[in-house]
Amino acid sequence: MMRIYLPVGILLLWCLMALAGPLLPLEPDRIDLPHILAGPGVEYLLGNDDLGRPILDRLVMGARTSFVVAVGVVLVSSLVGVLAGAVAAYAGGWVDLLLMRIIDVFLAFPGILLAIALAGVMGPGIDNVIIALFVVGWVGYARLARAQILSLKRRDHVIAAVALGTGHVRIITRHLLPLIAAPLIIEATFGIAGIVIAEAGLSFLGLGVQPPAASWGSMIRDGARYMLVAPHMVLAPGLAILLVVLAVNLLGDRLRDWLDVRSARSVIERKNW
Amino acid sequence: MANFLLSRLLSAALVVLGVVCIVFLLIHLVPGDPVEVMLGESARPADREALRAALGLNQPLAIQLADYFGGLLRLDLGASLHSRQPIAGMLAERLPATLELAGVSLLFAVVIALPLGILAAVHKDRGWDTGAMAFSLLGVSIPNFWMGPMLILVFSLWLGWTPVSGREGAGSFILPAVTLGTALAAVLARMVRSSLLEVLNEDFIRTARAKGLSQGAVIWRHGLRNAWLPVITLLGLQLGALLGGAVITETIFSWPGIGSLLVEAIQKRDYPVVQGCVLLISLAYVLVNTLTDLVYAWIDPRIRLGSG
Repeated sequence: MMRIYLPVGILLLWCLMALAGPLLPLEPDRIDLPHILAGPGVEYLLGNDDLGRPILDRLVMGARTSFVVAVGVVLVSSLVGVLAGAVAAYAGGWVDLLLMRIIDVFLAFPGILLAIALAGVMGPGIDNVIIALFVVGWVGYARLARAQILSLKRRDHVIAAVALGTGHVRIITRHLLPLIAAPLIIEATFGIAGIVIAEAGLSFLGLGVQPPAASWGSMIRDGARYMLVAPHMVLAPGLAILLVVLAVNLLGDRLRDWLDVRSARSVIERKNW
Repeated sequence: MANFLLSRLLSAALVVLGVVCIVFLLIHLVPGDPVEVMLGESARPADREALRAALGLNQPLAIQLADYFGGLLRLDLGASLHSRQPIAGMLAERLPATLELAGVSLLFAVVIALPLGILAAVHKDRGWDTGAMAFSLLGVSIPNFWMGPMLILVFSLWLGWTPVSGREGAGSFILPAVTLGTALAAVLARMVRSSLLEVLNEDFIRTARAKGLSQGAVIWRHGLRNAWLPVITLLGLQLGALLGGAVITETIFSWPGIGSLLVEAIQKRDYPVVQGCVLLISLAYVLVNTLTDLVYAWIDPRIRLGSG
């Protein structure tokens, strides 16, 4: 039971921090010079950073950044990807061929490389991070939706719907998409873990949110310079990322077992950086 | 085999064309005027026009693309805006460091993953298996950019066993290779386990056991020999992830490879160098994937016959 409650609890806490963060009396940008690099204590539970800002408050704001980017990117990429993959598989012919070639080209960029290059060229900022991760992310959903629809479109119920004169849009939305929901949900779950790491990675490289806004990745980058005197600056955001990603991966594995989906890629095969 | 080879090479060529087009278009994604972004607002109009002409940005897009392809065929990727050095030379200078790091990381991953995966499969649902799978899950969940600094803190700063950064001596390889290779080790361990478990359920394994072969002989001679095909494929695919991951790892450890060159170029807004780095890493990935497919087809006749 712990295997399900613990990850769900961690993810709920993450959502809560992200959604309720702006309502809390936090001061993530308040510079407190006497507390520069101060360790965890009663007044500041997780200590302070190199400008004396409270790390706990920044951690909560960082949760918001990673949550907004992860949910936003996964939602948009899955919508666009599933639509493209479903239409291509259903239409077949040159539409399918074209999409396959496009997917092949995007998959030729290893891991997060294209996102780094895109975010780097478009300039830093959360909008560009979302765009860059979307450009890289939609392909996986398109490929999955295409493969699933290809295996379903010759089923009897679809042939019957075509024979009855049902429109193409209705066939795709009512008779095909609901059947591929399970593998897509699992892909999206693992996708959240990937995007949390990717967003933090881009912020670590200085390509994500800009100061003074907080991101777990930029907190690690700032803390890396003071590791010997203030290791808590790196420990806190790193553990936060690790816990969220572990929780999402554990939940994804559970979901796959429950929904009994063999076609979805495992957490292991998704890791790309 | 000839048909398979031809179709695979043709599709790789199409992918390369697509990759070059996307890399070419990167510079056009710079918001506003790329020349102004690269030179800054205070640049003289004459300098701007000179750079615009040097990059070919005053030409129609189709001409620019044709010029880019032409340059690639002559291995001419242009010059860095900062150092004025030819980009091909800069890449050639940095490539060995990245290849060395990727090679050592790969070796580390295989050395860890093989025994771990085998032990997990042989002792399924027992202590070794649980431990190996926990390592596997942890390995893919730890981000490189956190693991690297933590390893530096413990092994370089506290214990003083390894250098903090740079590429001098064998010791300097340890932390970057562990950082970069851990995720791959995690992936491989799980793949070795699942692949071996599948083979161990086959009839010929039961026959081998019935003949009285020892557990070791069954695993080594009959199990692993049949289990390593999917593992090789995965290795090929993951090598690309290794090259992508090298960008972060090289930055953490100031490793003088292509990845750190890419990040430096982004910071300096030296976009032609960014293009060169992305192009080189992606083409290497396409090459590795194509080779993996060909090796796989060569080993397993079902693939080449199926598609030929």
